[in-house]
Amino acid sequence: MSAITQDRSETLAPFGTRLDRVTDPVRKAAAGALHRSGLPDRRVEEWRYTSLRFLNETPLAAPGDLYDAGKIQAQLEELGLAAGPLADLPRLVFVNGRYAAPFSVLPSGVEVSFFAKAQTFGTLSSPDRDPLTALNTVLAEDGAQLQVPAGKNVGHVLLVSLGQTDEAVSFHPRHAVTLEEGASLVLISIQAGRGRYLHNPVLEVRVGEHASLKHITLQKEGEAAACLATTYADVAGRGTYDSFVLGIGGALSRQEIHARLSAPHATVHVNGAQRLAARQIGDITSVVTHAAPDCISRQTVRNVLDGHARGVFQGKVYVDRVAQKTDGYQMNQALLLSETAEIDAKPELEIYADDVKCSHGATVGALDEDQLFYLRSRGVPDAEARQILIHAFMDEALALVEDETARALCVQMLAGAFPVTGETV
Amino acid sequence: MTQFLDISGLCARIDADGQEKEILKGVDLSIPPGEVHAIMGPNGSGKSTLAYVLAGREDYEVTAGSVTFQGQNLLDMEPEERAAAGLFLAFQSPIELPGVNNANFLRTAVNAVRRARGQDELDAVAFLKTARAAAKELSMSPEMLKRNVNVGFSGGEKKRNEVLQMTLLQPSFAILDETDSGLDVDALRIVAEGVNRLRSPTFSALVITHHQRLLDYLVPDRIHVVAKGRVIHSGGPELAQQIDREGYTRFLAEAEAA
Repeated sequence: MSAITQDRSETLAPFGTRLDRVTDPVRKAAAGALHRSGLPDRRVEEWRYTSLRFLNETPLAAPGDLYDAGKIQAQLEELGLAAGPLADLPRLVFVNGRYAAPFSVLPSGVEVSFFAKAQTFGTLSSPDRDPLTALNTVLAEDGAQLQVPAGKNVGHVLLVSLGQTDEAVSFHPRHAVTLEEGASLVLISIQAGRGRYLHNPVLEVRVGEHASLKHITLQKEGEAAACLATTYADVAGRGTYDSFVLGIGGALSRQEIHARLSAPHATVHVNGAQRLAARQIGDITSVVTHAAPDCISRQTVRNVLDGHARGVFQGKVYVDRVAQKTDGYQMNQALLLSETAEIDAKPELEIYADDVKCSHGATVGALDEDQLFYLRSRGVPDAEARQILIHAFMDEALALVEDETARALCVQMLAGAFPVTGETV
Repeated sequence: MTQFLDISGLCARIDADGQEKEILKGVDLSIPPGEVHAIMGPNGSGKSTLAYVLAGREDYEVTAGSVTFQGQNLLDMEPEERAAAGLFLAFQSPIELPGVNNANFLRTAVNAVRRARGQDELDAVAFLKTARAAAKELSMSPEMLKRNVNVGFSGGEKKRNEVLQMTLLQPSFAILDETDSGLDVDALRIVAEGVNRLRSPTFSALVITHHQRLLDYLVPDRIHVVAKGRVIHSGGPELAQQIDREGYTRFLAEAEAA
């Protein structure tokens, strides 16, 4: 066997010399791995359906420190965060990857620190395996690091990332959330912005015993933006990581989640929904690892795709030899609204235990003609009937968001992007 | 010609697995305003196809003939335009709409039709009041308004939900496609009473049924026997008993001979 060492560093050209200026040993190791692997192309199995060619079109500079406060305020208003019920929630706002104190309200009962000061990387992520994580590790400048003390229920915290740029930039926030034993938190991540940028966050989540994190991510990045986000979660015994991703924006987005159930009776939900149009590409990729017996994982992902949009679903459930009595469920459903929309679904079950209950399924289809005719025969015009059915399809996915505040925000964002003309009683 | 609903020489076919199948082969039928007519006939005779073609289902292709509804060419209209013009089809197998709340659905339909008819839309409060009262008359629990449309409904509940929609949409012409199938006697009476309440000089109905039983409660002005895609015999309400006793054999034989 001969090892062919191929230099794939030309794929890193958009980042210019930014990758070479590192001194920290962790960053250096990540830079080395990144130079060896380059950014993945579609020959890499995990990236078979999602091309990063988009990144190669322009150099991506480091964003400057300055931002236009008026434009940020306008974005917050547009997202419904400046007024109404959400205005009072504690929030950590990042602009172009840097903490923006004037727009933030620190949560009480949570220890908050910032990556910019401590520069500590967690240990859950794997920059040597995941090139986008390596990229983040090399270029991370800031990020929120939250620690919820044992037994504390802190309610909602918003983690808001806004892109606001005239030139093409990239930012790579490094976030971490730790819930100690019995703690609970509802974390709402909002990813939005304007302009051409790459948002490449890494989030490490540790859920302690009996702790519960509800994590809702709303991705509404700018039309010319890419969001390549990776989350690593580790859940201890009887802990719960209940996540939901709603993808609406961005030219290219990938939400990659690695969740590990590391002690008995842990629960992980990796649910999501995306609604895409035009030439958007939206990828939801997850690896759920059952590393202990008696754990539960649930995954339902729904896609509504119009125009030339492409949805990608890759869901792997790995059940270790020791993970007896695993209860795993996975379902991916896609509604294609045009002849040119596409879904690529790759469910994978890898099971080494013999006493498990794991099921998965996938459906793909257009709107149901019988349902459409039924609505139209009741006088509902064709276009409105279609909207009602699309809305109903998405609604059933949003129903998986247990937290009412977060669900209302999902509904509002979806309605803002795709107005529905139907009635509500 | 009745100037209300006139079907003349109607032929229609469906593309079934790549094979074109002629189902309606020249239906002639007129229904005057204020009358309830029934259609009876053997399985596969084209009764449901006629209902679907009148309601505007697109998978049937009309190849000949005409349908005039209150002076308009019905076949030129979209399904929603037909509904706005006053036509209603109660489905033989009502469709389930997961994720669509029944009350929202009903209000959307009622207001779409009201808009098209140039009437003011009903607000949520006024609508719910009307809907609850109408549901009560059909012995439907108000809970059924909160559920998703037809999802998890029993056969009888689905049929009542059809009659509820009909009541709220106030059609001038209703087609009931085997609304009696799968109903017990009590449900049958409730459904028939629901239709009877709408009877007026400005309401007509076409009732498709297999059984004489429904027609005991919902007495028609005329009965038509449909077989092999055509109306082969028409008569008064007494025809129901005759069919119940003798079946369709005699009508079929007469039609063959003619």
